[in-house]
Amino acid sequence: MTSPLEQKKIRIAGPSVVTANRTWDGIVVYRTAARAWSAELSEAAIVRNSEEAKALLAEAVADDVGAIGPYIAPVQIGADGRIVPGNLREQIRRTGVTIGQPAQV
Amino acid sequence: MYAYDEIDRTLVNERVSEFRDQVKRRLSGELTEDEFKILRLQNGVYLQLHAYMFRVAIPYGTLATNQLRALAHVARKYDRGYGHFTTRQNIQFNWIKLAELPDALEDLAKVGIHAMQTSGNNMRNVTSDQWAGVAPGEIEDPRIWSELIRQHTTLHPEFSFLPRKFKIAITASDHDRAAIKIHDIGLRLIRNEKGETGFEVLVGGGLGRTPFVAKTIKHFVHGRDILSYIEAILRVYNQYGRRDNIYKARIKILVHELGIEKFSREVEEEWQQIRNSSLQIDDEVIEDIRSRFTYPAYEKLPHMPDELRQAAADPDFEAWRKNSVAPHKVQGYSIVTISLKPTGGPPGDATAEQMDALADLADQYSFGEIRVGHEQNLALPHVAKRDLPALWKALDKLGLATPNVNLITDIIACPGLDYCSLANARSIPIAQELTRRFANHELANLIGRLHINISGCINACGHHHVGHIGILGVEKNGEEVYQITIGGRADENATLGTLIGPGVKFDEVADVVEDVVEAYLALRERPEELFMDTVKRLGVEPFKERVYATR
Amino acid sequence: MPLVSGGKITGDGFVKLAVDTPLPEGGDILVPAERFLAEADALLERSGKVGVIWPNNRDIAELVPYLGKVAAVALVFPTFRDGRAYSQARLLRERYNYRGELRATGQVLRDQFVFMLRAGFDAFEVKKQADAEAFMQTAKRYSVFYQPTGDGRITALHRRMQLRHSEGVGT
Repeated sequence: MTSPLEQKKIRIAGPSVVTANRTWDGIVVYRTAARAWSAELSEAAIVRNSEEAKALLAEAVADDVGAIGPYIAPVQIGADGRIVPGNLREQIRRTGVTIGQPAQV
Repeated sequence: MYAYDEIDRTLVNERVSEFRDQVKRRLSGELTEDEFKILRLQNGVYLQLHAYMFRVAIPYGTLATNQLRALAHVARKYDRGYGHFTTRQNIQFNWIKLAELPDALEDLAKVGIHAMQTSGNNMRNVTSDQWAGVAPGEIEDPRIWSELIRQHTTLHPEFSFLPRKFKIAITASDHDRAAIKIHDIGLRLIRNEKGETGFEVLVGGGLGRTPFVAKTIKHFVHGRDILSYIEAILRVYNQYGRRDNIYKARIKILVHELGIEKFSREVEEEWQQIRNSSLQIDDEVIEDIRSRFTYPAYEKLPHMPDELRQAAADPDFEAWRKNSVAPHKVQGYSIVTISLKPTGGPPGDATAEQMDALADLADQYSFGEIRVGHEQNLALPHVAKRDLPALWKALDKLGLATPNVNLITDIIACPGLDYCSLANARSIPIAQELTRRFANHELANLIGRLHINISGCINACGHHHVGHIGILGVEKNGEEVYQITIGGRADENATLGTLIGPGVKFDEVADVVEDVVEAYLALRERPEELFMDTVKRLGVEPFKERVYATR
Repeated sequence: MPLVSGGKITGDGFVKLAVDTPLPEGGDILVPAERFLAEADALLERSGKVGVIWPNNRDIAELVPYLGKVAAVALVFPTFRDGRAYSQARLLRERYNYRGELRATGQVLRDQFVFMLRAGFDAFEVKKQADAEAFMQTAKRYSVFYQPTGDGRITALHRRMQLRHSEGVGT
C-alpha cells in the first residue's frame, strides 16, 4: 500500500481521484467534492492537476477517523462522462475479484 | 489435541477485551490510524484492497472440530461465507468489518482460537508438520515443543517490536513438510548419541526480495535449553537487526551481513549468559504439556480390511486412495490429505459449508481432529482404513476429493492482486487456468510429483522461489508480467529456483508451463525420474530453449 | 508530557540537559549518554541526583560501571515500533541488577505499558494525558504471562507446576 506520506511528490498524468477504505468496515470509498466519502466512483471529486490532487489528498488525510490509507488513483473519463478506474488494481477494487472468470486479460 | 486450560483461556479473553478497547478508541478517533495499525496487526487485521482481512492462527496446524466449526461460523456471520488457508497454518477472512472484529474474536476465543502472533513485527504463529504425531518414523511429536514455543512467543514483552516479522517452524521427520529451511528459525527435532531430545537449529532462511536458505547455527541444542537459545537469537536480532530499510530488516540479512560464524558467536555469547536462567525447561514442564495433548484410543485393526479390498474395484476410489492417503504410524489407520485445489478453484479456499461438513466427517472418522498444512490443504490424521471408502464418498460430494495432492494442480498461490494491497499481479486466475489445463488426472499422474508456486509480488507469499516451477507476477508498464523459475524446492533439500528467461504475459503463463512440462516429459530418462531430478540433471537450459524457441 | 511513576502521575524532579546546556548549580538532572560518559566524574560530584538518557543503539554495557551511582536511566523509544529499549531494559534489570528508576521516554503509548512493565520499566514519560490517566487500569489488563522476566510475575508454566503439586498433595 502506498502511504500518502510516500506520495509527497504528487505528479498526476491525467484525471484522478482520491480513494481509501472506510474505517469502520473497510469498504472502498472515494473522496467527494462535498468533503465526504462515497462508495460510488461516480460521486468522486475529479482532480486534473497536481495542485488540486495535493489539496484533495490533504483534506482526505485529515479525516483519519473516516477512512484509512487515502491515495491518489488514476481514472479515465468516457465520452459519456462516466468515470472508470485507470488501472487494473483500481478496477479490481471497484468491481471486485476477477476470479471465476476465464484466465484472459 | 492440545486442550487449553483456564490459564490459556484467561489470556485469550484478556487479549480480546484489550482489542475491544483498542477498536473502540480507534473508531472514536482517540487513536490515529498510525497508532492503531500495529495494534490491529498484532491481532491479525490487515487492510487489503477491498476491505480488512482477518488472519487467525492455527498453531502447528492442529484443529479440533469445534474450532473448525467456529471458523465456519465466523466465515458465515462476519464474512462472505468462506475462508482462505494460508502457507503458514493460518486462515484468512477477506471481508471483515473492523467494528465487528471484537465480536468475531470473542466467538473464536470460546473455542480457544485467537489471532495473536499472526501479523506485526513479532514472533509469528509457530508452525509444524501437519502430520505431527501420526507420521511413521517421527522422532517424537513436535507439537509438544511447538506448544512450548507457542506459549513462549505469545505477547513476548521483549520481542513484540522487532525489526521485522519472525517465523519459527519445527519438524521431527526426515522428510520436512514444514519448510523449516525457509524460516527465520527452523528447528529439526533430533536425538543425540545419549538419546536425549534436542534440536538442530537453523537460522536466516526466508524468501521475499532477497531469498536465502537457512543455515545451521548449532547442530544440537538440548531440549531443556531451546527457549534460552531462541531467546538469545532474538535478543541479538532485536538489537542489531536493521531498522533503516524494511527490505533489509529480516534476520536473514543480519545473518548474511555478519556471516553465520560471527552471528553464531554473538548468539553463543548471549546464550551462555541466560542458559541457566528460569528459561531452562525441566522434564516436568514438558510432561505437563504432553499430558494436555490427547491421543486417540486406536483400535487394533487389520492392515488390509475387507472394505478396502472391495472398494479397490472402483478406479475413482483407487485414484484418490493412491494419491491422497498416506501411511499412519498405527497399523490399520491412514492419514488422509484433503485437497483444497479443485479444478478451477482458488487454491486453499474452503466454504463455511465445507468446513462444517468436514468437522462432521472428522468427528465420525478422525477422532475429531483436522490438520492444516503449508501446502494449503487440510488433512484428517487418524482415519481407520476400513472407513476410507465411506469417507471418500462423503468428501467427493463436498468437492473435497480431488486426487491431485503433490501433483501439478496442487498449486500454492498467494491471494495476489485480486485481494492483496501489496500485489502487482494476479495469482489466483493463473492457478485456476493451470488446474483446468492439467485437469486430466491421468496426465497429471503421468507428470508425477510437481509443485507449482505462484506469488503476485516479490514478497513471495506463494513461495515461488521454492516451487519446482515458480511463477512470480510483477508489473511492467501497467501490465501483469510473470517470471518463471524452475528447480526450486522447499523440503529438507531446499533450493531456490532458477529463472528461465524473460517474463511472459498473463495469458501466456499456462502455455509456458505446458511447454516446460512437455520438455520434461521428453527429457526424462524414465517415468520415475521426477521433474526436480530432470532439472537437476540437465539444468535449466533445455527448458529455456523449449519455452523461448517460438517466443 | 505527564510522568507516571509508582503507578500514578507525578511531577518530574529531573531537568533534562542537552549536550551543551550549562550545568546548573543544584537540582536533579538527566544527561544524554555522550555527555554523561565524557563528564561523569564532574556530574556525579554535584549535589543533585544524576540520571542518564541512553540511546537505543548504544551498548548498555558501557553504562555498567556507573549503575551504582546514577539515580535514573531513561531509555528511548524513538517510535513505539522500535523495540530495542525493551532488550536494554531487561539487561539492566536482570543481568546488571540495576535497581534505580528505569524510565521509558519517547513515543510511550498506553498499549505498550504492559510490555514495558514486564521489561522492568517503572517510570513512563507518557505522550498523551489520557494514556497517563489510564495507566493503572491498563497495567491490570493481563493476569497471565507466558515468559519469565525480572519483574517477578509468575509465569503460566510455573503456575501450572504449582497447581500440579498442590493437586498432588494428599493423593
